[in-house]
Formats: sequence, structure tokens, C-alpha cells
Amino acid sequence: MSKREDQYVVTQNACNLCTPLGASLAFKGVSGGITLLHGSQGCSTYIRRYMISHFKEPIDIASSNFSEEAAVFGGSSNLKAALKNVISQYSPSFIGVATTCLSETIGDDVPRLLREFERENPEITTKLAHVSTPAYRGTHADGFHAAVRAIVETFAEGGDKEDAVSIFSAMISPEDIRYLRRATESFGIKPIIIPDYSDTLDGSMWTEYHGIPEGGSTVEEISSVGRSLASVELGLISSEAKSAGGYLASRFGIERKRMRIPVGVEASDEFFNTLAMISGKPINKYYARERGRLIDAYTDGHKYIFEKRCAVYGEEDFVVSMAAFLCEIGIIPAVCVSGGRSGRLERVLREIIPTFDEMGIAVKDGGDYTDLEELSVLQEVDFFLGASKAYKSSRKLNKPLIRVGFPIHDRFGAARITSLGYSGTNALFDRIVNMVIETRQESSSVGYSYI
Amino acid sequence: MKTFLEERKNQIFQKDGNKFDMVCETKSVAGSVSQRACVFCGSRVVLYPIADALHIVHGPIGCAAYTWDIRGSLSSGVSLHRLSFSTDLKETDVIYGGEKKLYEALIYLIKKHSPKAAFVYATCIIGLIGDDVSAVCKKVTGETGIDVIPVHSEGFKGTKKDGYRAACDAINTLIGTSDTKGISKHSINILGEFNLAGEAWIIKDYYERMGVEVVSTMTGDGRVDDIRRAHGASLNVVQCSGSMTSLAKLMEERFGIPYIRVSYFGIEDMSEALYDVAEHFSDKPSIMKEATKIVREEVSSLYLKLKKYRQALEGKKAAIYVGGAFKAFSLIKALKYLGMRTVLAGSQTGNKQDYETLEELCDEGTIIVDDSNPTELSRCILEKDADLFIGGVKERPLAYKLGIGFCDHNHERKIALAGYVGMLNFAREVYSSVMSPVWKFTPRKQNNLRSDV
Repeated sequence: MSKREDQYVVTQNACNLCTPLGASLAFKGVSGGITLLHGSQGCSTYIRRYMISHFKEPIDIASSNFSEEAAVFGGSSNLKAALKNVISQYSPSFIGVATTCLSETIGDDVPRLLREFERENPEITTKLAHVSTPAYRGTHADGFHAAVRAIVETFAEGGDKEDAVSIFSAMISPEDIRYLRRATESFGIKPIIIPDYSDTLDGSMWTEYHGIPEGGSTVEEISSVGRSLASVELGLISSEAKSAGGYLASRFGIERKRMRIPVGVEASDEFFNTLAMISGKPINKYYARERGRLIDAYTDGHKYIFEKRCAVYGEEDFVVSMAAFLCEIGIIPAVCVSGGRSGRLERVLREIIPTFDEMGIAVKDGGDYTDLEELSVLQEVDFFLGASKAYKSSRKLNKPLIRVGFPIHDRFGAARITSLGYSGTNALFDRIVNMVIETRQESSSVGYSYI
Repeated sequence: MKTFLEERKNQIFQKDGNKFDMVCETKSVAGSVSQRACVFCGSRVVLYPIADALHIVHGPIGCAAYTWDIRGSLSSGVSLHRLSFSTDLKETDVIYGGEKKLYEALIYLIKKHSPKAAFVYATCIIGLIGDDVSAVCKKVTGETGIDVIPVHSEGFKGTKKDGYRAACDAINTLIGTSDTKGISKHSINILGEFNLAGEAWIIKDYYERMGVEVVSTMTGDGRVDDIRRAHGASLNVVQCSGSMTSLAKLMEERFGIPYIRVSYFGIEDMSEALYDVAEHFSDKPSIMKEATKIVREEVSSLYLKLKKYRQALEGKKAAIYVGGAFKAFSLIKALKYLGMRTVLAGSQTGNKQDYETLEELCDEGTIIVDDSNPTELSRCILEKDADLFIGGVKERPLAYKLGIGFCDHNHERKIALAGYVGMLNFAREVYSSVMSPVWKFTPRKQNNLRSDV
């Protein structure tokens, strides 16, 4: 069972966002960088609003602000005027230019326009990168990965190897990015995390306005990914031809280690073992103890959660990593839904979950929240795991929702939610166990004070 | 960092007794980070609260996803408006056209949800790929008997204001399509009230207590059948003048219904909104009598409740940046009532006349801006040392990041700020942010940490 009976006719409460949003998020990870969307004013304003409601931080995204004339005669002058105005107002060291469905449909040749702009304005030192992100092709996750690849393709330079590892993460929280950094540094090697929005989207307060907040990987650091020891790519969905790690492998012969997002013991082990192999150093005791505490927690909590049924949804890589983690702790990922349409979701899930068929997992890619709700009823799930947008279904079906991922619009502290590595997994595991305990406590007339 | 773009110098003024000539109602400058959205946004916010209509966004997924359940517009019953429907166009649709997909989507959704009408929002690329949305709508109307109304809201075809107009045009096609039998001579339509946090209910209750019949509210807690007979009302009462004045004008032309502009924010404007309606119905003196009674009762009970807040907030400084200028007028007055001074006032879509009124209302030294951006706004609020920023979700982090209190006065608010009870809520909202002890830790106030950063 992997499809609703009625075939696709209309998207009802979409479980994905448009490609420029993903690109805008990725560009937030470049130091001194700002995104310019080549399209209507609404694209940038809506995306800003959507991201601000999650991160609770100011997020500036510029727009080339198409007019009717531009739509007819081409957006060249709008784009160039926008670049100039962004440069004069923000003094950015980097501008990530992402297209929209509008500029793509009229066929603006943005790479050519950017080259022209650089030629016409030789005094300008701001670096430019372009990514093609029409909303009718792919989802926000595709836009995210395409922007990461665009950054790397634009700036990576080869040369003598450096003691660094390139890490291409998925759409993870700022707190999880900080974890990846600490974990990698514990091996004595330098992590170049792309994108690193851990400070730009979760920073401290200001005395004056910073259109471009401090933080992110610098263009120099990004250029050095071409000389790193290896690349670690978190996510199994995007193809080598489209990923930044794939580019480094083919262009500079840099070894590409690909794994799912490290949630759970197995996936975290793979991440730490890979870093140990790349650095030639053993895993730091600190992390070994973290691992020990996580397994201890697993045993303490296992019984509460065994064979509970979960609906997990979101970006395909998110779904894959969470489903594998749930299996690891004895929960059945009974429903797996993504708005993504890579065509690989079910295959990847089958590869990492040997008991896929026995568990009767329902998978739906290219799905929406209506699919999620219908499948969750059919599959009799006990709880939801993912973004806050399943709240309506959770409320309707009276099944709890564990909020993790993007977006979280109805809770506080989304930027600091952790699920990666041993300690992040432990935090998530605690939340799941407590959710089950709370449900039991609340639904009992006894009023247990020990459970 | 350079603060002001040269192109914007005629959109920022400081009241200083000199000539004041705001350049407004223009497209945003390319590359500025405008707080505005687009034509589609304008249409979507106006039509969104019509709860028994189907709203389907024709285009790629973004526009529908970002506006799913975006407003706090409540419904007293059916809530179709809180669902997000999109034709979710893909590359092949862009090449071969999306008409068939739109047709199938409409047929499916109308069968599934039995709406009273359907609005089809055309987004950016629809015009470019040549879909004949009107023809599809007509066909579906013919087949289902449900009015399917195209909303021409391609994002790039103007500003948010053009979107308002497109929405008004869409509503206009419904008005006058039903019987007006039984509607009282003393009746109104409430326009430009979107029932955020139940505000339309508060306002409607006042008017009904006065003995005035409310035929329809457009569009808060809106119902298609009410809109169809809206032309039976004797007066249109227009709030949020930016969004729905054009509909009031259309109704004046078509049906000879006069309109008045009102605001429900703050004691002064709220009372005026009741008195103005009562005055219009001067042939029935009991209406004015009731209005006076409501105002007296509400104001006297409010006065005592507001005392605590006024004492605390006296002398504090506020910055206002909102969508429509009309709201800014009321806020300045309401803040004044709380003893607060407005040091910055601006809007996304004000017109020349609006800005002249704003200037009259403001004290010397107040900065007035049109279609501003985060850089300008921050510079101004810091320069003026504001204690409070009133705006929407995009302005909130800006205020907080700089250590300034904030009050959400936009579409997403969950607390009613209209009416007399709204004034009390507003005071509480302002108080609970401005008076919080946390500001003392912010770098703007102090920095005692011994740190190397």
C-alpha cells in the first residue's frame, strides 16, 4: 500500500515549500552573504516571513521586484539595479542570486547577466553565485542542495590538502550545526560546514542593525573545500550529479562519504567512525560517554515506546533518518510522507530498514498533509513526528505531535531543537518517551504521580 | 553600512515645520528589502476570511504554502478558508499549460467540499504561460452551478494595492446576485474588517445593540450568501481603507450606497465609528441614544482599567510601521491616550493624503516613512530611542534584536485589539512588553560581561 486510491488531482495543504526558500536558507550560511531573489516582491517577503516565524531572527532577503515591463522585456535591468542597491545598502561580501518561477519562465539567462554585471562594474568585489530555482521544479529541499552545490561550484579551488573536512549538512537546526562543529573539532580537524547558519539564524543581540548578521562560512573557507581531506554528505536522497560532494569528487577527486543524517546510535556511530577514519584519530572519550548515556537511556525507556506507531513526514532525508532512528528504538514508522519527488524515498527506506515489509510501512512521496492524515488514520498511528504543520491532523485525530524539523511555527525555540549525534538523539528520545508517559498519565483517571 | 538608498530619499521625512511632499504609491525599489508583499498577497488577505468559499491558488506551490492558515481570521462555523489548495504546477504544466489541472482540481474540490463559491487566484506565471483562467472558471460554473471567480493577482502586475483591487472586483461579481427582501432601512455592511481574533464580532455587537442591522461583514467571518445580498444595506462602513474603499466606491456607483471611513482602534476612533453610523441614521433617534449609552458605559468602565497601564507607560516612546496608514492614525491617538509619544510612523501602502494626515497627527521630530525596509526602520528606532515597536511578524525580530518592546498589530495577531475591549488588550500588550525586566540585560542598556568578544 503506497498510494491513496484517488490519484493526484490537487495539492491540499502542501508538505513541501518552494525551491527558492531552500536556496535562501542555504545562502544564510555564507559569511557576509545575502540572498537576492530574481522575481516578484512577494517571493522574498513570503519566504522571509515563513523563515522568521521559525527562527525568530531578522532575515533580510532582497528582491529584484519584477514589474510588468520586466516580465515582457526581460528582467535584466531589474536584476542589475537590484544588485547595485543591495551592494550599496548592505556591503555584502557575497550575494546568492536565486531565480523564481517568474524569471525562469520568461527565460532570463541569469549566469550571463551576472557575468555582464561583473564586467560592467569591475570595482565591485562582492562575490556572486547563481542557483536556478523555479518553484515548479523540485521542492525546498532541492533548492537547498542546489544552492549548496552552487556555492561550492563557484568558489571551490584545488591545491595541497589541508587538515579539514567538508561537511554538507541537510536542513538541520542551528544547534545541530554547532554539534557537528564541536564533534568534528574533537578529532583535531577543521570542519567546513556548508551551510553554517548556526550564528546567522540563532545569534545574540545587537546595538545596531546588521542586515547581514555575523557568522557563516567565509568565501575563503568555502574555497578551501577543494583541498579538504574528504567530504561528508548528510543525506541519501540527492544524486551525486546534483550534490556538492559529488562535485568535489568529480572535480578534485575528493573522497565523498555519504550517510544519512546522524540521528540514533547507528547513524551517529557511522558519522563518528567516518570522522575517525578521515582524521586518523580515535573518538574522544567525551563522545564515547555521550554514547554510553544514550544507550543507557534507550534501555531505561524502551518499554514505554515499544511498537508504538508513528507518522513521520518532511524532507525526504529527514524522513529517512527519522524512520531509521524510530526502528532502532522499537517504534514502527508506520507512515512516511514527503512532499519531495526524487523517486528514491521508498527505495532508500527499504535499504536501511530490513524489516520494511514486515512492518507494513506506508510510504508516500509527492504527498501533502491530506495524504498524511488519511494514511495516519488507516495505519492507526499513535503520534506524529515532524514539522508543526501536522498540528491540525494531530488535533483532529487526538494524537500527539513531536515537533522537530522545519518549520515549527507554533512553538518556541525551534533553532535550538536538537536531534543529531548522541546527545541530540538523547534529547529527542527523552521527548518521545515523555510524550508517551504524559499521554498515559493524562488519559488515566487515577492521576498517577509515579509512572 | 550605508543606511538609506538614494532612490528612497523622498519616502522618508522628519516633521520639522518644512514642506513635506511624500513620494508614495510607487513600486518598491529593486534590491531594497521591502516589507511589502505582492499583488497576490493583497488579494489573498482580503478574500481569505470568506469561510464558506473555496480558495485555490493556481500556480507552483510556494504561494499557497506560504499563505496556508496565515491569518487569525475566525469563523463562527465552516472554515474552508483555513485549508490550502494549490494546482501545484510542475515543469510540464508550465510547458503545456495548467488549464486542465485547474479544471480537474476545481471539479474535485467542489464535489468534496460543497463550497458556496470558489476563488481562483492566478499567480505570477499564469499570465505568462497563457492559461485562460476566466474560461476555465466559466466552464466549471456552468457544470457545477457554483460561482467560480477568477482573481487576477499575478504578483508582478503592480503592488499589494492592485491586489486589493482585484479582490474587490472579485467580490463585486457576487454582490447583487440575491434577494434583499426583509433588510432593514437601518442597515450597514462592515467593510475591511477581517475578524482577526474575533474583532468583527465585537464591532457587530455594538452596531446591533444600537439597533442597526449588519447585512454582511467583508470579509471577516464572511459568507458568500451575505455578500450576495450586501447591496440591500443602506450604508457601507469601511475600515482598513486601503483594502476595501474601491469596493465601497463600486457599490456606490452600482447601487447608490454611500460609505464612510472608520477605524475601530482606540477609544476616540471607536466611539466616532459608532457616532458616525448613528448620525447617518438620524431619522431614528434611538440609534444615537443607544450609541451614546454604549460609549458612556464602555468608556467609563475602561477608564479605571486603563489607569494602571497609563501610569506605567507615561512618557514612553513608540514606533509604528503597519500596512495601511489609516491604522497608524488610530494607533497614534491610542498611544497618546496611554501617555506615549509616537517617534516614527510609517506604512507600506499609504497615499499622499494619508501622509499629510499622519504629519498633522504627529509631534515635531517624528519620522514619517513610506514602504520602508529593515535597515531604515532600525536606524530610525534607535535614533529615536523607541521603547516600543508596533508592526507585524517581519518587524518583531527586528525590534527584539535591538532590545525594543513589540506589539503585533498585524494579520497574525491572536488577541483582539479592536473595540473598547481591544483598547484594554492593546494597553496590556504594550505594557507587558515595554515593562518587562528583561530589557536591562540587552546590550543596548548595558554590558557587564567580561568577555573577549
